[in-house]
Amino acid sequence: MDSVVQLQRQLADYTTSLYNEGILDEQFTQLQQLQDESNPEFVVEVVSLFFEDSQRLLNEVTTALDQQSVDFTKVDAHVHQLKGSSSSIGAQRVQKLCIFFRNYCEDHNIEECRKCLQQVRIEYTLVKNKLQTLFKVTRAANSSRWWVNSYAMRGKEAKSREESEMGVQNL
Amino acid sequence: MDCSSSTMGLDYEESPHVLAVDDSLVDRKLIESLLKNSNCIVTTAENGQRALELLGLGDRQHIINKKKKKKKDSKVNLIITDYCMPGMTGYELLKKLKESSDLKEIPVVIVSSENVPTRIKKCMKEGAQEFMLKPLQQSDIKKLRCHMTKFSKPTNGKLCMGS
Repeated sequence: MDSVVQLQRQLADYTTSLYNEGILDEQFTQLQQLQDESNPEFVVEVVSLFFEDSQRLLNEVTTALDQQSVDFTKVDAHVHQLKGSSSSIGAQRVQKLCIFFRNYCEDHNIEECRKCLQQVRIEYTLVKNKLQTLFKVTRAANSSRWWVNSYAMRGKEAKSREESEMGVQNL
Repeated sequence: MDCSSSTMGLDYEESPHVLAVDDSLVDRKLIESLLKNSNCIVTTAENGQRALELLGLGDRQHIINKKKKKKKDSKVNLIITDYCMPGMTGYELLKKLKESSDLKEIPVVIVSSENVPTRIKKCMKEGAQEFMLKPLQQSDIKKLRCHMTKFSKPTNGKLCMGS
């Protein structure tokens, strides 16, 4: 039982730290609120789409900035998309960097654009690692609770099994 | 703030059909979930051209009409479209919809990540029902849900009790 409480606490603390550090904003909470029994993997699914999309966009931007003659409209279009998707999942730091990035695109400032790209890659990798850790801890907390539930059920009569299930769901 | 049609005694279907148009896969998934959470039936399209095809205005019109004969409830009650899309923008899609005698009555909501007054004015002037800022939240959809009831039965004025 202690391990379940501990894991739950770890999960809560870890999640809070992500908000406090500005890595995630309240939009991520919106995603979590959309997850329910009919949509149990929603957060992981959306975030996975974000990872795939971001990787593609970052590669496109890198290629575009490597060209002899940089097409800043193209770069801006990709950064705009990245800004949008990071905003949609609550990846606050990535989103904010994209705003600066777009300004440099408008100024046609290739040096600043390249620096910005580096920073965006760093922040993106950070939020990706943090979210993957969050999912891991969540799975561990949920799985641990499942084991405790099934252990509690095993030693009981069928009648009292129903009662304990009710009790466990209320935890 | 009760927008339930059952208290109004209407036979309006509880599940409006919404067409959501956005080039971003992440945003399509998000809006789909937000709408389903509000008991809407959702169809998504990744661009304006595809949206028009689904509505029966595209090149593949004959195919869509065939499908429509099979489905009874394919009628769309609301279109939500992103503004910034490659190819056809949300604004251009809005214009095309308002030019169509079949589709101009369907309310269109434009969403954008950017709060640009001239952009908003332009869309409202062209007949958009509402302009909303991204990222959309459940509260935004609840607001729209209330509007959808109103749009579906335009003759009945007593549909939305509050804002």
